[in-house]
Amino acid sequence: MTNEIAIIGAGMHPWGKWGHNFVQYGVAAAREALADAGIPWRDVRFVSGGATVRCGYPGYVAGATFAQALGWQGAEVNTSYAACASGSQALAAARNKILSGACEVALVVGADTTPKGFLAPAGGYRPDDPDWVRFYLGITNPTYFALYARRRMDLYGDTLEDFAAVKVKNSRIGAKNPRARYRKCFSAEDVAASAMVADPLRLMDICATSDGGAALIVCSLDYARRIGKADAPRVAAISTVTPTFASGVVEMPDIATDSAAADGVQALSYRSSIPLKAYEEAGIDPRDVSLAEVYDLSTALELDWIEDLCLTPRGEAAAALRRGDTAIGGRIPVNVSGGLACFGEAVPAQAIAQVCELTWQLRGEAGDRQVKGAKVGITANQGLFGHGSSVIVKK
Amino acid sequence: MSDKPLAPAIAGWHTMAEEPHLIGSQCSHCNTYFFPPQYQYCRNPDCDSTDFHEVPLSRTGRIWSYTNACYKPPAPFVAAEPFEPYAIAGVELEQEQMVVLGQVVKGVTVADLKVGMPMELVLETLHETDADIKVTWKWRPLASAVKPVTGA
Repeated sequence: MTNEIAIIGAGMHPWGKWGHNFVQYGVAAAREALADAGIPWRDVRFVSGGATVRCGYPGYVAGATFAQALGWQGAEVNTSYAACASGSQALAAARNKILSGACEVALVVGADTTPKGFLAPAGGYRPDDPDWVRFYLGITNPTYFALYARRRMDLYGDTLEDFAAVKVKNSRIGAKNPRARYRKCFSAEDVAASAMVADPLRLMDICATSDGGAALIVCSLDYARRIGKADAPRVAAISTVTPTFASGVVEMPDIATDSAAADGVQALSYRSSIPLKAYEEAGIDPRDVSLAEVYDLSTALELDWIEDLCLTPRGEAAAALRRGDTAIGGRIPVNVSGGLACFGEAVPAQAIAQVCELTWQLRGEAGDRQVKGAKVGITANQGLFGHGSSVIVKK
Repeated sequence: MSDKPLAPAIAGWHTMAEEPHLIGSQCSHCNTYFFPPQYQYCRNPDCDSTDFHEVPLSRTGRIWSYTNACYKPPAPFVAAEPFEPYAIAGVELEQEQMVVLGQVVKGVTVADLKVGMPMELVLETLHETDADIKVTWKWRPLASAVKPVTGA
């Protein structure tokens, strides 16, 4: 008995600030994934959408919206919302459906059209909503990223130059990705010259928000065999575990952590709990990972994730970066898609896009960005209130 | 100078005394603290208590991390014109074993801060309305622990 499913198709609408309806991006990504899989749309019996909350009702019921746009054909639908982790939860829903035998082939799709500037909360006077409270008090998304970055500097000795080097690395590889939004090679000087947003993070340390769409066709191993794709990459693990009380890291949008004052309670960070479950489920050791796609909402956060994924010991990600370990050709390349640095975030599509990149890498189809001999890839991303997801894909 | 009355920006989350405290809640069964205060359910997975009491939180702690806001946040934040950047700190309260975020008082910048630095809670203006001055909690370096801030 295996818990694996096959990825037989991947597709993306290029990221950008196109200003179109999000449905258009999702449909384009889905059609590309279908063509990539070489199967007819009518074979898809389950449509699992990642929701967007910025595009009205069609976004809340994204699974049905995409199914309608692609042409109703009687498939079952599902919609998942988990902020940035939406795509992984949509993938998990598809995997459950396939592994239970309720369907053989599923489409997983997410797309978004984003507003400019800071993501703002819902209006009114609502002190019972932590998202409202923190904006009222003057605490934005970059505040959290900067708090984590500053801790790295004060605890591990990371420098502004290290953070800039993450941007330089990602921009160099992302420039070769036709689906990325920002395709310019930036220098450390470019980063240093950009405006300070939340000390120590500058504008070029922080990811933008983008329009984009991503899709996967996933199926049972039996179906993959029948259509001659027995060697397609497989989803070996999907981890969406919650943190363990008490979370000791202030997570967006909270203004305070849990209290660890009760007997027997220890303060923990959630980012380190998600990958452990993924590795356990896949039966894979971190040393066997060929590449990682992590959520670089900021340059410094890429370094946090590398440690959370156990790809380096705690506090040593910057040293690995300086050695070139995390660049293409290094020991453990990170964000060879270009990462959020080059994409900007399209919330419900991003976790799916990470899996698309792993799929192409494991097939050896990533062109100039190819990690030689890639066999195992892992993703990590974060939602709100300290939850997130991690997906492992293997050959 | 304004002679408008002072009012808490969010009512019931801190005292208005000269040495103010945040007002949290505490589970009467397992002793877990909550801020913002809440009285409905205990988030400790091993506790299903619905019995809580109001409790003043420690008004000093140590910096967990810090940053600043160089750009004006969107509404509901009410910004002064012109916008003035402010520092922000997450401060770890020892007894409660929790970190609470807040702005740092005017005149203190990130250059004055360090992880582990002792801080205390004070009240300062968040913004003014037609009727009153809305104050909120802010963190200030403990006077005895740091060099004086130039120009303050």
